[in-house]
Amino acid sequence: MDFSTELLIFTLSGFIGYFIVWGITPSLHAPLMSVSNAISGIIILGAIEVLNDSTDACINTIGFIAVVIASINIFGGFAISQKMLQMFKPKETPKDKQQ
Amino acid sequence: MSNSFLTLINLGISLLFILSLRGLAFPRTAYRSNLLGILGICLALTLALILGKHRFLILLGIVIGTAIGIFIAQHLQMTGLPQTVAAFNGLGGLAAFLVACCAVLEDKIDPFDTPIGSALGIFTFIGSFVAFAKLQGRINGTFKCFSNRLNALLCVIMILSLIDYALHPNTTEFITLSVLAGVLSLSMTLKIGGADMPIVISLLNAASGIDSAVIGFVLSNQLLIITGALIGMSGAILSFIMCRAMNRSLINVLFSPVTSPSITISTDISQPIKTGTPPEAAFLLENARKAIIVPGYGMAVSQAQHALKQMAKILQEKYHVDVKFAIHPVAGRMPGHMNVLLAEADVPFENIFSLNDINNEFPSADVAYVIGANDITNPLAKTDNTSPLYGMPILDVALAKTVLVVKRSLATGYSGIDNPLFYADNTIMLFGDAQKVTAEIVKALEH
Repeated sequence: MDFSTELLIFTLSGFIGYFIVWGITPSLHAPLMSVSNAISGIIILGAIEVLNDSTDACINTIGFIAVVIASINIFGGFAISQKMLQMFKPKETPKDKQQ
Repeated sequence: MSNSFLTLINLGISLLFILSLRGLAFPRTAYRSNLLGILGICLALTLALILGKHRFLILLGIVIGTAIGIFIAQHLQMTGLPQTVAAFNGLGGLAAFLVACCAVLEDKIDPFDTPIGSALGIFTFIGSFVAFAKLQGRINGTFKCFSNRLNALLCVIMILSLIDYALHPNTTEFITLSVLAGVLSLSMTLKIGGADMPIVISLLNAASGIDSAVIGFVLSNQLLIITGALIGMSGAILSFIMCRAMNRSLINVLFSPVTSPSITISTDISQPIKTGTPPEAAFLLENARKAIIVPGYGMAVSQAQHALKQMAKILQEKYHVDVKFAIHPVAGRMPGHMNVLLAEADVPFENIFSLNDINNEFPSADVAYVIGANDITNPLAKTDNTSPLYGMPILDVALAKTVLVVKRSLATGYSGIDNPLFYADNTIMLFGDAQKVTAEIVKALEH
């Protein structure tokens, strides 16, 4: 992929992000941070890629550490978001309104 | 597997991420947004595992990381939310930094992208952990650190070494750049105070997103670029919203000279204040037709949200008071902090209002119950154009018939500015821990 294609993808994705994020209700800004934070752990793909290309023990070690750390970020982040969103969820049920 | 097939799968995963963020637009759809995100990541990981070598090693890493991450999340108290999000964000930065290092070791060098990726990674990592330490209370107060001039000098040196690296890639410049980025991050975040934390956390969130995109440029990975751009934008917009809510520019937050509170405190002790007791407050509340509750960081600290919900419920059901919650965008230490805590306590959505939606209702309210909030209610923001708070949108609690302020002491808020609200004729101060005071009011209401 050449640089201009990459730039094209980057810019258009940025615009999509712009319109989506402005549409998000302020009361859900905390879950937004946590979900987007978890998704940014996608950097793990980078770690996997460098691991795949390497034969060197040193790179393998660093790559492995990166995979572990990124996994903490991803799944820890999703677990927190889950916890948060669960708290936002029950209020939608009519049963709760009757209480 | 053919290249176009891979691109198609990446398209699918990107769509999942986009829909995941989009799901947060409405509380009704919020729940599925996390599941879509998890699905996207799992798809991406599965694909990477199928195509890659070292499968066992990678899988082992993922399992270990997942176990640690879920363990931390499960032991999380909601009060510790902002610092945990900051810490996870920092880990993302660290991972990106390590990937950039590996890329250098493997001679996958983009003249600009690789060093920028590593510098941003280390910047995010260190910045996030300073934020974590501050929120956790491990580091207190603000630090002078480097002056803006020294920080500017650091930036100039970084740009020069970046250019030097681009011309002749060498390890020394790479290391220099990373170290300088770390120092800059330390010096910038150490001096930023507690109430600016929502901005700092959003900004670091943006940094980690952009960093993923930069690494994506280095490795020519479409998915990294797309996701990074999405998240970078999300963090940037959140930072903008937070700045706007404080009427400050980003530059002002990051580079403002550290104001020493001792200069700005002008507490006139002779000014009379009215203090009240919880039973008196309960009497005022139960006889009100309309009460608006204004929570702030103090509520989070003393975990008063459950007692608060209890109070609101009794007022609504037993005394038929119209109870509303008013939330300022920068109340608390991260965007949406108060909303999460109130959600934890099961306060119904329809009782919670944002600044713009409720501000014109204060004149018709009989009681405003300010709990652990200070600067976001300071009338000086409207009247005193010499005040640092001037121009910041505030909740007009002073317009309510009676204002009850729950606070530990008369100390100034984060800004170090005295709040005339406390001395107003219609204000009654309830000194004490937010949770205890609220619980005592609940007790009085139950009788």
